Amino acid sequence: MPLLRINGLTHYFGGLRAVYDYHLDLGGGELRGLIGPNGAGKTTIFNLICGLYRPTEGEIAFDGGSLIGLLPHDITSQGIGRTFQNLRLFNDLTVLDNVKIAQYSRIRYGLADTFLRTGRYWEGEGEIEERAYRLLEILGIERYADQLARNLPYGDQRRVEMARALAIEPKLLLLDEPTAGMSPAEMVEMMDLIQRVRGEFKLTILLIEHRMRVVMGICERIQAIDFGEIIAEGTPEEIRSDRRVIEAYLGEEVEV
Amino acid sequence: MRKYYLPLGLIGLFIVLTGASWLGFFSDYIQTVLMYIGINAILTVSLNLVNGYMGEFSVGHAGFMAVGAYIASVLTTRVIPHFVLGTPLVPSGFMYTFDVAAWAKGPAVHLVFPLVLLMGGLGAALAGLLVAIPSFRIRGDYLAIVTLAVNYIVKSAFENTEALGGSRGLIGIPKLTSVPWVFVWTVISLWGIRNFIYSTYGKGVMAIREDEIAAEFMTVDTRRSKILAFCISSFFAGIGGGLLAHLLLYINPATFSIIKSTEVLVMVYLGGMSSVSGSLLGAIAYIGLSEALRPLRLWKWVVISLILILLMLFRREGIMGFKEFRFLAPKAPKREVEYAPASD
Repeated sequence: MPLLRINGLTHYFGGLRAVYDYHLDLGGGELRGLIGPNGAGKTTIFNLICGLYRPTEGEIAFDGGSLIGLLPHDITSQGIGRTFQNLRLFNDLTVLDNVKIAQYSRIRYGLADTFLRTGRYWEGEGEIEERAYRLLEILGIERYADQLARNLPYGDQRRVEMARALAIEPKLLLLDEPTAGMSPAEMVEMMDLIQRVRGEFKLTILLIEHRMRVVMGICERIQAIDFGEIIAEGTPEEIRSDRRVIEAYLGEEVEV
Repeated sequence: MRKYYLPLGLIGLFIVLTGASWLGFFSDYIQTVLMYIGINAILTVSLNLVNGYMGEFSVGHAGFMAVGAYIASVLTTRVIPHFVLGTPLVPSGFMYTFDVAAWAKGPAVHLVFPLVLLMGGLGAALAGLLVAIPSFRIRGDYLAIVTLAVNYIVKSAFENTEALGGSRGLIGIPKLTSVPWVFVWTVISLWGIRNFIYSTYGKGVMAIREDEIAAEFMTVDTRRSKILAFCISSFFAGIGGGLLAHLLLYINPATFSIIKSTEVLVMVYLGGMSSVSGSLLGAIAYIGLSEALRPLRLWKWVVISLILILLMLFRREGIMGFKEFRFLAPKAPKREVEYAPASD
């Protein structure tokens, strides 16, 4: 049984077909790439997995249980972490608080403990604090712990997002264009980072990318989609030479 | 040793304020002003939880005060006299033919009053669900309209309930609110809300303000957070309402109109958004100002409004927006690494 199994996933926004008959079997620590031109429906697939929309049709199962109809927090607290294409940090909170919030589903003290500041509160809060801080250290941004997230340089904000996603203690990590807006040097660093956390946290990763170089470099297998449909699936080499992928990216060849 | 400063300071302040009131160093006027400050601090910090920390815009706080005030007042003027003195639960006619305050002269009242307020607070918390549940689907301006509607619903409900005096309201409420009680409840409110908001539960509430969808994706149960925030907020509004009723000794639905809600809003913005310290300062500044300007009579409101406009122009974050006094700030955790200094 794969960690994530998607079958016949179809979603309409009004009359617009955003995703059509999408399928995916993912597990065993694989790093799968999901590529496609702008507006192909990649982010919509992430949002469907995470429960932001209820799919028009299809089945999504995580760890053997169906995710259809669950609220996003119920889905992600089962162990799905994600990052966003356009950063969605809690800008006016500190970096440390950003990472602490992602541990919400694992708060171990009750409300009464909170109001009365019991030993259980301090113990639970201490664990949350420590885990958050350790993640910042792993990502090399602990010096920013008490800064507001909005004040960080762009590349480091991406790292905060990664730390926040890891704080969920995910089995599956969904990365939505993690290198968007980065310089080539930063991009290489991010690719290294993805490889590193993947090994360290034993993650299965689904990676949306726009830049071929990134997916080609680190993914074992790639799915290419266009207009919400899978147009090709295979190893990076197979994808690179696939006629439909080239057409989707560069436009059709026209006979003159 | 340092950790005892705050409790010792509070006990000291309690003894000074209570002593000065009982021994007559504070005139009735000063005592009343002090009580107003405390009650309004409770109202302000509770509204700040929703408007500041959660980033919603509630304009119906007085509705929840009304629920608390009416429940507490019915308990002290009808229910308790009924069991203690054997008077009827619903008096015939507007005027009471018995002295409702009679039972309230014994020592037992000091045990009963907190319970009465608690009942009012719990009732108000339940009423908070009226806003919390719609807030699952709507937010911003639209939710503001819902809170406005709830304020009107509560007010009209009391206006049209003849058994509760209709628009004439309730009279003969015993004077149970005193400086020590207000002090205790103010400390409980400020401390309780501060403890909640700076826990990870509270950070979930702040995450809703920052980005509700991202909060959901980061495992925050936003529905639960909203219910918690609205119910805690209206609970303390109910407590404040109960205290106010037993200070005014007379309440009617008009006491809890949108004007009262606006007044609390002003204190929130004056003191500062997302700040427990600011809420306290807002109440002190607003009550202090409106008392100091009393000689100006009606012109007082012109001056106060002008000050507000200037405040919005030159210091939009209020006196202490997003900041806390040291003694209210969340305890800094121990870490070995040094950080870059926090910039504002």
